[in-house]
Amino acid sequence: MELTKRQQDILDGKEGDVKAKVMKTLVMYGETFGSTRMVDITGKYGHLVTSFGLSVMKPVYDLMDTLIDAGAVSSQKFSVDPRPLESCVPANLIQKIFFRVMYSKQDDYDRQLKRLGIMSDDAYTCTCYMDEVGNTPKEGDILSWAESSAVVYANSILGARCNRNSGILDLFGSIVGCVPYFGLLTDDGRKADWLIEVRTSKRPEAQLLGSAIGMKVMEAVPYVIGMDRWFTGLDDEAKAYFKDFGAATASNGAVGLYHIENLTPEAVKQGRSLLREGYRTFVIDDAVLEDTERNYPMIWKDASARPKLAFIGCPHLSPAQLESWSDRIDSALCERGLKKVAVPVVMTAAPAVMEAFKKTDRARRLLSQGVILSHICPLMYMNNPQCASMPVITCSNKLRTYTSARYYKEDDLLRIVTGGER
Amino acid sequence: MSTRVFKGRVVVKGRVTAEALVSKGGFNTLASYQHSLMFGDRSGKCSDQNNVDLYKRPMAGKALCMPQTIGSTTGGLVLYCASAMSRQPACLLFAKEIDSLAAAGAILADVWTDNSMPTVDGLGEEFLSYVQTGDRITVDEDGTVTVER
Repeated sequence: MELTKRQQDILDGKEGDVKAKVMKTLVMYGETFGSTRMVDITGKYGHLVTSFGLSVMKPVYDLMDTLIDAGAVSSQKFSVDPRPLESCVPANLIQKIFFRVMYSKQDDYDRQLKRLGIMSDDAYTCTCYMDEVGNTPKEGDILSWAESSAVVYANSILGARCNRNSGILDLFGSIVGCVPYFGLLTDDGRKADWLIEVRTSKRPEAQLLGSAIGMKVMEAVPYVIGMDRWFTGLDDEAKAYFKDFGAATASNGAVGLYHIENLTPEAVKQGRSLLREGYRTFVIDDAVLEDTERNYPMIWKDASARPKLAFIGCPHLSPAQLESWSDRIDSALCERGLKKVAVPVVMTAAPAVMEAFKKTDRARRLLSQGVILSHICPLMYMNNPQCASMPVITCSNKLRTYTSARYYKEDDLLRIVTGGER
Repeated sequence: MSTRVFKGRVVVKGRVTAEALVSKGGFNTLASYQHSLMFGDRSGKCSDQNNVDLYKRPMAGKALCMPQTIGSTTGGLVLYCASAMSRQPACLLFAKEIDSLAAAGAILADVWTDNSMPTVDGLGEEFLSYVQTGDRITVDEDGTVTVER
């Protein structure tokens, strides 16, 4: 790899041994993918995936200490994924004891993040690109982000350029201010390998469609057609839909970028010229989605157990989604003559998004209906074995993938939490 | 005993012999390592409920064979932690070109820990069709992978 003088100096140890190892790691990473140069990060902020102070992840915190002690901190401020805990989220005594032991490093890690360069005390969310959070890259920005759902959103919806970087490497790029040029940073890497034809009878559930596509294309770039029957532009509703869709493509597969015909920025500008020569085609109809859902493993010990908790908001909800869910829950409760939800519901959003929402009448109504408004990471909550053994339901395919939470489509989940048939 | 030899590209150099553990589908690193890292299981039992080939099988010290890794961008960090805690696979063998998360994990382990995982990619679909869990695998420094059964 050809480096600039500054990059070579860092690699040669002129800014210390630790920074030299950081640069060595990035150079090896780039060379693995045939990269011949580093490019400067142009996005204003970074985003890190590691937000949790898990006691067993000691090697990560030791590495952070090594970086801090050597003065190898981030050259740009960054946001980070959601915190694992918040007192408003239901937990019994045993679960709380487990949480205390599991996340005993949280305060220490929060302090490390401050020293490394976190944007603010509430910059903890997987949806850092929300206006309220303020980490929204511009089209063409080069990023050193991790968090699969944020990376795929930044690439696809915002038109920024970021590889699916791993945790730790996200910070390494921000420390030295550059990333190896390969993959989704290049025009060629952004070409589509698959043409996905959506031929369903109605607008598909975002997280189910994303799951089917992710499982099919793995890490390839899909170019999706047929979605403009339901969306005419990237308004708030469309952005929220494709946020959830992208999270499922990235967690059920390894998608880092998708193009949606007539909707996403590069597809609007370049159309089907984005399709790589020799691309493959996959048709998604109602049967494919039904098969996808039917094949999800059922790992509850008692498949007919009554759900004890429901999570909505993985990835974190947008303001429009908070409003929409509020209205849907209210209507469903009214229809059944109920005043409170039948299953405790935790809705999650970025701290800044949630704080703004909590000032609204909708939020007050939701709280009175027994809904919990939080900014935690549901996945981190479900990592607690005492929570994992509990029957928890969700409309998040990402949460389903990583935990024992059982997936239901949004309407089905709504029916269950508002006292309807399972 | 039958022997077959495959040649791939070296990502992290090393020589090792270990028993094969084969995932025919994408290897979800976070989902697979989540429980073992969190609850101190030194054998690294796979906790990915979606992976029928590996679910509940120990991964530590095995020659992990797969098409590529998928899922969360904590993937590299998880492999780094597994290595730092001596629960890593003996080697990582990819039928396809390695993905960015697995590459990050293999390189982080190599540069920042004492427990390197020799890593070879581009072994081809035939490798993944042929190799079976339980086979004896030898990885050489030039990317030669010998499968014995």
